[in-house]
Amino acid sequence: MSHTDVERPETADVPAGEALLVEPSRLSPTRRAVTTVLRSRELSIFLVLVAVVVLATSKNNGFLFSADGWRNFLLNPSILLLLAVGQAVVIITRNVDLSVGSVMALTAYLTGRLFIEQPNLPIVAVLAACLLLGAVLGFVNGALVAYGGVPALVITLGTLYIYRGIMLTWAGSDRINAGDLPREFLQLGTRSVLGVPLLTILALVVLAAVGYYLHTARGGRELYAIGSDPDAAVLYGLPVRRRLLAAFVLSGALAGLAGALYTARYGTVSSSVGSGIELQAVAAAVIGGIAIFGGSGTVWGAAIGAFLLVTINRALPSLGIEDFWQRAVVGALILGAIVLDRVLARRQARKLAESRDHS
Amino acid sequence: MKFQKRRTTALAALALTATFAFAGCGSDDGGNGGSSGSGSEGGDLSITMLPKNLGNPYFDTSTDGAEAAAEEIGAELEEVGPETASPDAQVSYINTVAQQGQDALILSANDPEALCDALEEARSADVKIVTFDADTNPECRDLFVNQATAEGIAAKQLELISEQIGGEGEIAILSAAANATNQNAWIEMMETELAENPDYANIELVDTVYGDDDDQKSFDQTEALLQNHPDLKGIISPTTVGIAAAARYLSDSEYKGKVALTGLGTPNQMREYVENGTVEAFALWNPGDLGALATYAAAALANGDISGEEGDTFEAGDLGEFEVDADGVVLLGEPFTFNADNIGDFDF
Repeated sequence: MSHTDVERPETADVPAGEALLVEPSRLSPTRRAVTTVLRSRELSIFLVLVAVVVLATSKNNGFLFSADGWRNFLLNPSILLLLAVGQAVVIITRNVDLSVGSVMALTAYLTGRLFIEQPNLPIVAVLAACLLLGAVLGFVNGALVAYGGVPALVITLGTLYIYRGIMLTWAGSDRINAGDLPREFLQLGTRSVLGVPLLTILALVVLAAVGYYLHTARGGRELYAIGSDPDAAVLYGLPVRRRLLAAFVLSGALAGLAGALYTARYGTVSSSVGSGIELQAVAAAVIGGIAIFGGSGTVWGAAIGAFLLVTINRALPSLGIEDFWQRAVVGALILGAIVLDRVLARRQARKLAESRDHS
Repeated sequence: MKFQKRRTTALAALALTATFAFAGCGSDDGGNGGSSGSGSEGGDLSITMLPKNLGNPYFDTSTDGAEAAAEEIGAELEEVGPETASPDAQVSYINTVAQQGQDALILSANDPEALCDALEEARSADVKIVTFDADTNPECRDLFVNQATAEGIAAKQLELISEQIGGEGEIAILSAAANATNQNAWIEMMETELAENPDYANIELVDTVYGDDDDQKSFDQTEALLQNHPDLKGIISPTTVGIAAAARYLSDSEYKGKVALTGLGTPNQMREYVENGTVEAFALWNPGDLGALATYAAAALANGDISGEEGDTFEAGDLGEFEVDADGVVLLGEPFTFNADNIGDFDF
């Protein structure tokens, strides 16, 4: 370490960004941390989010500064946030889980059914049941992908329809109404602690736990390794199948939890709940800087992506923008994120090549 | 060799495609197959009920009403229908009804035009056609049982909202999809009525938004409405999904009790919100009565009691006597108002 310092003293002409890329240890820990944050994709998405909020609030104070506005700002993204976190973990391994919307529908309906059959069931038990059902459905996905060797896109597209089919058969024309659910459970969907809604706290705790695990734990780093190069991961002796299975189980379990929270929030469950939300989860992850080919990105980014998507959808009607353009804006965001991703990846590759030529 | 292999692949692909195509037909037939088997050998009337789609609580209620009526008049009634509400999905069911020689078909049309050819064919096979809930073009059917006139629905909802906001202030509409025929007709009527009726001179319609009959979207649109119009006094939602979502939003927002909500809803969905004071009153017809009336009308046609001409009258059990209006329309009546006093009597 000190030896390197003597041979190559810190030169002022190398920009911090390049140093971070080529030889991070040359920077002091503080500077490294600051540069990492400043250069991160997450920051740019976060700034877009701030811009959207500022714009909408300047037009209408209530967007953020009324009791309802503040609550909705935090509360509305929490369900998508859970799905996006699960999706992010799966995408990092170079897979995708399209079945989360159907899983969410099943557990949302399960929540209602449980409360109808057993009105006195503790809420924790219902949440646990939803987590469990979600995990089992995720396990099916994971097992098929890990052991079947079929691309996750195809497998989870299949289970998307199968799970939805089960939902249609099970629920049929039945729908869960707010009147069927216990008051305390419905309050879970709206209650706040110190100005922060309970659902948001729950989602943020999940986010923190998953984010910390991915960043520090061996298992988490192996997920990135698998996504960067699945074949190399196998050759290197990583437990690829077990890790993939775990990623899908996590995604399923989080979708299961999201289903229960959906019921608490909206109070109505019909058989079409959550159709199409899987694409929003993928979009949130991609907008948040997770490469669709795996191996890079963070769940923090996916979380900010979820916040951005939901907040934009809330803000655009307030700004008086038509329905068509609301969708188009989301599309533009996704395209922008992907283009940015390619540009950055190419620039990074070029820089690495240049610095290799230099040395 | 290579060529041969490619040809094999092509053949396999072809075979596979064919299999799928046949499978498609097979499932179609299966769907129709379920409806067959009612013979018309006996003297009993055989009636087929074809709602827009199956698995829809609204149509389940109307079918229950129809079945009760059929039992009373000794007719045989069976329900068939597609999974999704698309126009072409209903055609095959109509063709089956014609082939089976059923006496009458009760139908909620997914499209006013697209079904006409199939219906023509069924009528030439002497099947009486009664539409309910959603009509086809008048010349394609014998009778239309109208749940309520568009004027009646529009007037009722304005009456309710005007009552609840004290006759003045800003109101908004939360509708279904932007191209929903029924909702658009009602909204247009309401706009005219607001402009022309002096009773509503102080009520201003400030916005119309679309929740696409999706819980979550309707919920978000309610939020946007309240945010964009701080002086909003009331919301009308002429769709069952929309009114329930809006009620859920209002019930735990700062606007509860301050912004009135009314529209078309079902008792089971709205019970919670009527009981907790979010919603004072809302309207709907009784889909069970609608199904029953359609069945009585179909039976009267098939028995030859009426021909569907204007001025014909027929008995409809407990519902009373009905008269056929111009264009072969039978009107069920005024929309029914549900409130805290009577909501306990209903379960649909």
